[in-house]
Amino acid sequence: MSRQANRGTESKKMSSELFTLTYGALVTQLCKDYENDEDVNKQLDKMGYNIGVRLIEDFLARSNVGRCHDFRETADVIAKVAFKMYLGITPSITNWSPAGDEFSLILENNPLVDFVELPDNHSSLIYSNLLCGVLRGALEMVQMAVEARFVQDTLKGDGVTEIRMRFIRRIEDNLPAGEE
Amino acid sequence: MADAALFEFLHTEMVAELWAHHSDPGPGGQKMSLSVLEGMGFRVGQALGERLPQETLAFREELDVLKFLCKDLWVAVFQKQMDSLRTNHQGTYVLQDNSFPLLIRMAAGLQYLEEAPKFLAFTCGLLRGALSTLGIKSLVTASVASLPTCKFQVVIQKT
Repeated sequence: MSRQANRGTESKKMSSELFTLTYGALVTQLCKDYENDEDVNKQLDKMGYNIGVRLIEDFLARSNVGRCHDFRETADVIAKVAFKMYLGITPSITNWSPAGDEFSLILENNPLVDFVELPDNHSSLIYSNLLCGVLRGALEMVQMAVEARFVQDTLKGDGVTEIRMRFIRRIEDNLPAGEE
Repeated sequence: MADAALFEFLHTEMVAELWAHHSDPGPGGQKMSLSVLEGMGFRVGQALGERLPQETLAFREELDVLKFLCKDLWVAVFQKQMDSLRTNHQGTYVLQDNSFPLLIRMAAGLQYLEEAPKFLAFTCGLLRGALSTLGIKSLVTASVASLPTCKFQVVIQKT
C-alpha cells in the first residue's frame, strides 16, 4: 500500500520537473549553437512564438474563457488562468500605464529557473525569453499585437521576475479582396 | 508544476529548431541532429533519475529497473504506461508503446515514417540517462514500423 503511494509521488515530482529540465537542456544547447547571448535570446523568442501560436488553441479548448473585451481582461486571463494552467503559478498584475495599454506581470518565483544559475559569461542571456515569445504568439492568434519583455529577473539578482506587456494594436482580420 | 502539454509543445519546437540548425543535406548532418537531441534527452534523464530518493533506487534486479522505467518514468513523462516489455533475459529489452504521445499528432500509418526518428531521439536519450543514474550503462535505439506504435530497444552494456 505504501509502495503505491510512493510511486505516485515520484511520478508527480518527475513530471513537474520534466519541463524545467528540458528547458534547461535546450538553453544550454542553444548557448553552444549560437555565438552570443543576443542570438540565443532571439532564438528563444522565435521558438516561444511558434509554441504560442499553437498553445493558444490548447488553452482556448481547455479553459473555456470567452473573448476578452479589453486589455485589462486580457491581463487577468493571462495571469489567473493561463499561467496557472500551464505553470502552476499566478503572477500579480501591477504598474498599469495611464492609457491602460501596458502592465507588468510579477512572478515571485519562476518555475523555469529552478536549479539554474547564470554563468558569468552569459550576463546578457534572457534565460526565460521563451515565455515572451509564447505570450506574443498566443495573443497574435487572438488578434492582439503585443510586446513582451523581461524588465526584472531573479537570475540576475533582482528580487522578483517582471515581464512588461505592451499593447501595440489590434490585428484586423484580413478579408479577401473584393469583400467588404 | 508545469502542465504536461508544455513538454510536448517544447519538444516539437526543439526538434524543429535543432533539425534546422544542425542538419546539412547529407546523412552525416542528420546523424548529428539526432545525436544532439539524444544528448539532451540523456542529460534530462540523468537529472530526473538523480532526484529520486534512495529507497526508490534499491532495485533488486535489472528487470525491476526496466519495469520502473515502463511504469513510473513513462507515467511521469507521458501520462501513460509502456504497453509491453519483453526481454531475452540476456540484457536486451524491447519496450513497446502502441500510441506514443510524441508521434500521436502525426498521421497514423506510414506517411511520416521518415520523420519519426527525429521525434524519438530525445526519448531514447531520456531512457539512457535514467538508466545511467540507476547504475546501468546501456544503448537505446528506437524503431517505428507504423505510427504511432514504436519500440525502444535497450541493450545493457556490460562493463
